[in-house]
Amino acid sequence: MNAGIAAIKTEAETGLADTYTAARHDLPGGPAVAAARAEAFNIFALGGLPHRRLEAWKYTDLRRLMKDAKPLAGAPDTAALAVAEQAGQWLCDLGARRIVVVNGTFAPALSDLADLEEGLTIRALAQALVADEPLLSADLGTLLPYNEPALALNTAFAGDGVVIEVAAGAEVKRPIHLLFVTAGETAAAIFTRSVAVIGAGASVSLIESHEGPEGSDYQVNAALQVQLGDEARLDHVKIVREGGAALHVGTLLADIGARARFNAFGFIVGGSVVRNQMFVRLAGADTVAEISGVSLLAGRQHADTTLSIEHAAPGSQSRETFKAVVDEAAHAVFQGKIAVRQQAQKTDARMMSRALLLSAEAEVFSKPELEIFADDVQCGHGATTGTLDDQLKFYLMARGIPAKEAEALLIQAFVGEVIDTIAQESLRDALSAATLAWLGERG
Amino acid sequence: MTALLEIRDLRAEIGGRKILNGLDLTVNKGEIHAIMGPNGAGKSTLSYVLAGKPGYEITGGQVLFNGEDLFEMSPDERAAKGVFLAFQYPLEIPGVATLTFLRAALNAQRKKRGEEELSSPDLLKRVRELAKKLGIDPEMLRRPLNVGFSGGEKKRNETLQMALLEPRLCVLDETDSGLDIDALKVVANGVNQLRSAERGMIVITHYQRLLDYIVPDVVHVLAAGRIVETGGKDLALQLEATGYAQYQNEAA
Repeated sequence: MNAGIAAIKTEAETGLADTYTAARHDLPGGPAVAAARAEAFNIFALGGLPHRRLEAWKYTDLRRLMKDAKPLAGAPDTAALAVAEQAGQWLCDLGARRIVVVNGTFAPALSDLADLEEGLTIRALAQALVADEPLLSADLGTLLPYNEPALALNTAFAGDGVVIEVAAGAEVKRPIHLLFVTAGETAAAIFTRSVAVIGAGASVSLIESHEGPEGSDYQVNAALQVQLGDEARLDHVKIVREGGAALHVGTLLADIGARARFNAFGFIVGGSVVRNQMFVRLAGADTVAEISGVSLLAGRQHADTTLSIEHAAPGSQSRETFKAVVDEAAHAVFQGKIAVRQQAQKTDARMMSRALLLSAEAEVFSKPELEIFADDVQCGHGATTGTLDDQLKFYLMARGIPAKEAEALLIQAFVGEVIDTIAQESLRDALSAATLAWLGERG
Repeated sequence: MTALLEIRDLRAEIGGRKILNGLDLTVNKGEIHAIMGPNGAGKSTLSYVLAGKPGYEITGGQVLFNGEDLFEMSPDERAAKGVFLAFQYPLEIPGVATLTFLRAALNAQRKKRGEEELSSPDLLKRVRELAKKLGIDPEMLRRPLNVGFSGGEKKRNETLQMALLEPRLCVLDETDSGLDIDALKVVANGVNQLRSAERGMIVITHYQRLLDYIVPDVVHVLAAGRIVETGGKDLALQLEATGYAQYQNEAA
């Protein structure tokens, strides 16, 4: 091990190193994949777990928050599969194609793989890795900092996930719902990598939900790599509803072509510690991207949404709108960065984050950044933090609506403003249902 | 017979400032009481205290509604028992559709009273009927509550809520403010249709004009937080001629 730069020292860091040493020969993949894993683990080992002195992780000190490393999850047993079969019922019926990943392993038996639309293929990542396809290392260098630690860990350990390919021009009408389900009594570490390659002019909707058992302090590291071709369209919704003690680190990498339409929505309602990071690159000209999110937090939850959007070509428009509702002693973090490269003239980018604090102990950290190298652009950002309006609440109560219900209506209205921007009704309904479920659990 | 509303020696303040200073008022079922008075007399405070708005401190006296202590109830409980305040400045609530709000309000009240909730189609039918009577465009019901509504539309919307919720006691706080004469007639007509032997009303106004359309049984003058004079509907006309100056000295 390299000495001197940053010695591995926490229990979790030591545990991850031990796990890697023990597991590396059993992780799926040919020689190219094995080399990519070794390089990635080395990147992680040099820096260790990210901590508050790293600007990108300032508010989410993973070195402190991640107490230990859990053993890698094994193949799901019958009980876990039975749990997964019932998963996602708290969402309304999306009319979507269910693709299920249980404890990090693709479960074809629980997945609806019949009658795939023309041009659509869905398969297990493990299968691609065994064939030594360069999925884990392809084109990542330009999308994010070389030493991004969470993704490095993902690359080192990811054993399975879903690979979705949509051929050029194919219009996939039925949304695809990826369910990542954690089940079982022993807390495990689950690393998944999924890939969506969407050809020129194609379109697809992708819902990604993550859920797991309430009391277990399992750890999820899930990454999704998106390649969206010219004139293609992707509507992506990610819902994090992990169990109350779980750690979830998610990474979205998206490389977007020209004249494309990219809509991404992050919805965080569960988990003890959640870091949802998105690295989006608008590589082609005249693309429209809408990236939004809602976090509904309570108890001692900590949820960090970190977004980096890079305008690398001229004439693209992006809108980033994030809202957080923070109750009890929860913490919400929003870090958003818009970078405009010199050649990306006529960029139009606007970012807004708003937080609603429902208790005196709730906290919000917001850090917007603009980094502009072009001279003919329109960029702006704003951030607000406030509490529920007592006057509005009184008005509702004066009409007979009890306090909690009045608050629920106002909270729904607050997040509804973002949810209503989603084009597809089924996705809007899914998130409204998830909001209602959260409000219902609120005491 | 128990009075519908009995206010005894009511004293209230906000931020240490005394607003109501020993107010007495009794309203029986079927009666319409007008409360008139100069600016700053405590008219709006009285309406807010009856509805239960936070921020006011009750420093003395009591209010009985059908014999029950009103101050023991939260604002939503008062509403379910039948207290309705038509706001002088109805609030805008972005993101909450008017119809959603009406459904939530009506069904919350019915639930609290142990009545069955009204189904969505029944509710829609009822709301549409009332909207038609008040000249409210049904399209408005889909829009967020009061957002972008004109002053007249907001007051019609308050009247619609009142008609739908069928309260026992209506408190109308300066319902005439911001209304032109046509809107005033529509709103007054809506209020008059709610006159009944089972219902009491308190009409708070600065001007006599509203009382041409909503004719009261009793007129009170409120000055410096107390009722200083009580009379018939002629009192309102007399005030229009003389103004409130005489009472301001008296109250001080």
